[in-house]
Amino acid sequence: MSEVAVPEMMMPPPAMPAAFQVEKPVPGPGMGDFSYVGIDAILEQMRRKAMKQGFELNIMVVGQSGLGKSTLMNTLFKSKVSRKSVQATSQEKIPKTIDIKSVSHDIEEKGVRMKLTVIDTPGFGDQINNENCWQPIMKFINAQYEQYLQEEININRKKRIPDSRVHCCIYFIPPTGHCLRPLDVEFMRRLSKVVNIVPVIAKADTLTLEERDFFKQKIREELRANGIDVYPQKEFDEDAEDRMINDKIREMIPFAVVGSDQEYQVNGRRLLGRKTKWGTIEVENIAHCEFAYLRDLLIRTHMENIKDITSSIHYEVYRVRRLNENNTAIAHANGTGQILS
Amino acid sequence: MIDIWLYNPLLPQLSSLSIEEPEDAELAYTMRDLPPTPPPRGASVDQYTTPGRHTPVVDREPEGTGPGMRRPPHTPGGTPLLSRTKRAPLEGEFEPLQLRKFQLTSMGSRSMDSSPQSRPRSPWGHFDPYDSAEDMDREYVGFATLPNQVHRKSVKKGFAFTLMVAGESGLGKSTLVNSLYLTDLYNNRKVLNAEERIAQTVFITKHTVGIEEKGVRLRLSIVDTPGFGDAVNNTESWKEIEDYIDQQFEQYFRDESGLNRKNIQDNRVHCCLYFISPFGHGLRPLDVECMRALHEKVNIVPVLAKADSLTPAEVRRKKMKIREEIEKFGINIYQFPDCDFDEDEEFKQQEQLLKDSIPFAVIGSNIQVESKGRKFRGRLYPWGVVEVEDPAHSDFLLLRNMLVKTHMQDLKDVTRETHYENYRAQCIQNMTRMVVQERKRSLRDRIRSESSVDFPMTPLPLAPVDRETERLIWEKDEELRRMQEVLERIQEQMQHGQKPDY
Repeated sequence: MSEVAVPEMMMPPPAMPAAFQVEKPVPGPGMGDFSYVGIDAILEQMRRKAMKQGFELNIMVVGQSGLGKSTLMNTLFKSKVSRKSVQATSQEKIPKTIDIKSVSHDIEEKGVRMKLTVIDTPGFGDQINNENCWQPIMKFINAQYEQYLQEEININRKKRIPDSRVHCCIYFIPPTGHCLRPLDVEFMRRLSKVVNIVPVIAKADTLTLEERDFFKQKIREELRANGIDVYPQKEFDEDAEDRMINDKIREMIPFAVVGSDQEYQVNGRRLLGRKTKWGTIEVENIAHCEFAYLRDLLIRTHMENIKDITSSIHYEVYRVRRLNENNTAIAHANGTGQILS
Repeated sequence: MIDIWLYNPLLPQLSSLSIEEPEDAELAYTMRDLPPTPPPRGASVDQYTTPGRHTPVVDREPEGTGPGMRRPPHTPGGTPLLSRTKRAPLEGEFEPLQLRKFQLTSMGSRSMDSSPQSRPRSPWGHFDPYDSAEDMDREYVGFATLPNQVHRKSVKKGFAFTLMVAGESGLGKSTLVNSLYLTDLYNNRKVLNAEERIAQTVFITKHTVGIEEKGVRLRLSIVDTPGFGDAVNNTESWKEIEDYIDQQFEQYFRDESGLNRKNIQDNRVHCCLYFISPFGHGLRPLDVECMRALHEKVNIVPVLAKADSLTPAEVRRKKMKIREEIEKFGINIYQFPDCDFDEDEEFKQQEQLLKDSIPFAVIGSNIQVESKGRKFRGRLYPWGVVEVEDPAHSDFLLLRNMLVKTHMQDLKDVTRETHYENYRAQCIQNMTRMVVQERKRSLRDRIRSESSVDFPMTPLPLAPVDRETERLIWEKDEELRRMQEVLERIQEQMQHGQKPDY
């Protein structure tokens, strides 16, 4: 904390009334509202600005069809943000190539506005030969980075560049109970370098608790063995506090989730769940499934962090790569063949 | 889930804000006081049902309707808040451990039949928008904590603000800066006497100080301009200032266009306090010229210095005169942003008061004075005591509130979005023009000499200028030049043609 300076002081003239005294200044802090400038009001200013501007979030869901991706999105945001891509007809239409569909919604809660975009990828992993099924997805993600980059280097930039970069990719692992499939490993390995991946075990109500724990352990081992860094990435922990929090999360991924958009009456309350003959699975009950943890991670506590990592790390990597490419391109075009930094 | 994650030790200190600060009163609608203890885990579910609660329908439209829009009524807030401030130790170390232990036991008992609250104690504490008992029941998604997440990150990072003070010596700039931020930036200053000052040129000094209050850290930089207006001949004395501001923009531009953008330091000048002398009649020519040179590069806030030498009537007259002159000479000082319609009356009145008080008539003081049993910063005269922070004596409090409490973020935003973007656009255009000229020149050289040339690469950030377009640009330039030559020739001919008439 700062102190008040002691400048040269004049001797008070002898005609000074006794009531006034000039004293040596005393150190500031803690002396009533003397030493309080009010800097912390900047937090309020930032809040106000943030509330006015609103937030943006782009989530991509990837997984084979039928794993409950759209249902999970609807459960997460408690509204129909994602339409189920496959209708319950006798002839199910599986698209021949991966289609990337992006749907945006403006939602508001308690005065905070958010533009939520859900990017769906029907057709992933559904073909007979699934080689390179991750390519359209990588192309899409890179295209979003490219668009942002072009906006950023424009001469007349917009005040707020619309952010369509994919902040988070939720990858759905089918609940086989054994281990990751080669497709899962391939996809996650490639994509963890360009986007934050949050793996979840879909339709976890088919696994008992022991099976679930075993499965999770196997998955974690395989991820480690293949060098796949999913969110929250170890290398991006900023300080000890973050590391502690994130370590606890890392012990729990992948989250075993159950999604539902139907309500049932349980113990006098209406809850989202799935009703079967042997009981009702409550989606928000942490004893039943880990949906609540996923939601808290994604929305309540780590949303800003996810966006931050996307913009300051993944995007920067892309940008550096593009800038270097461009420099070599210019060098080649000039016929010098020199790479200028 | 959130209880597993560390309870943020910063937050207990923030909770004390809500009692003292009147601005926080409007936060009360969105913020709830945390109930003294979290609801016990094993309690029967019946506790949480409120009769007649409206159940949200699942198939609702996502567009802004739904339970989020209704404002839940206040929960009784008195006691919980007090118990929070009592409990929160400064270290913050004990609290998290207790919480974690408590929650860990409940984690172990996973085989409970009753469904516990899926919204355990959150780390946002006092600022959690979902804290009322009613809210616990409702089906919220939970992203209203986003503003808290954003400012938690900023609190960790800290803020930076650069303030420039410009004006002649002896107007009380350093004293005012010390009073504003309660620092002692100018501790051991040596004031030069007149002879030493004759030969002095303007130079720029920068002091940085870190201030921390209630967990918020601010890196404050004060840029001073000693020597401004001191010389006998003061033409171009503002050039140094202009160059400095441009330098900061340029450095930021380079950093931003560079490859490693992780730790960019923002040294751009966010605000310039221009000190106007109270002894003249309004603005002097030097003031006008200097402000005109700077108004497109930085936010100028004019300040009427040493206002304790003026009576209230004189202050009013001078302010009006200065305002007229500012308009007359077309100086763009910093404009306060317009209020939205949904801001409350008090806020709007405050803003209006600010707008009407430009230029701020300020008095600064480094000395504490005691009078009537109170201690305050002030100036002691035989005829009375001037209190710096008294709104009746000067606009000091208004200025400080504006600079720190209400408009710091806006000043940074305007600098970033308007002044810096203007600079950047100009810079890129200049560079493109330079590059094109260089290409022209070297293309010409190449055509002449047929040797390969090293192109001086200016650090153009991804300018999409490929060879085709360059060639086209060059061709068009050549055409233009030729046409211009033809025009000149015609003009000359006309002149020659006209000459015999005389």
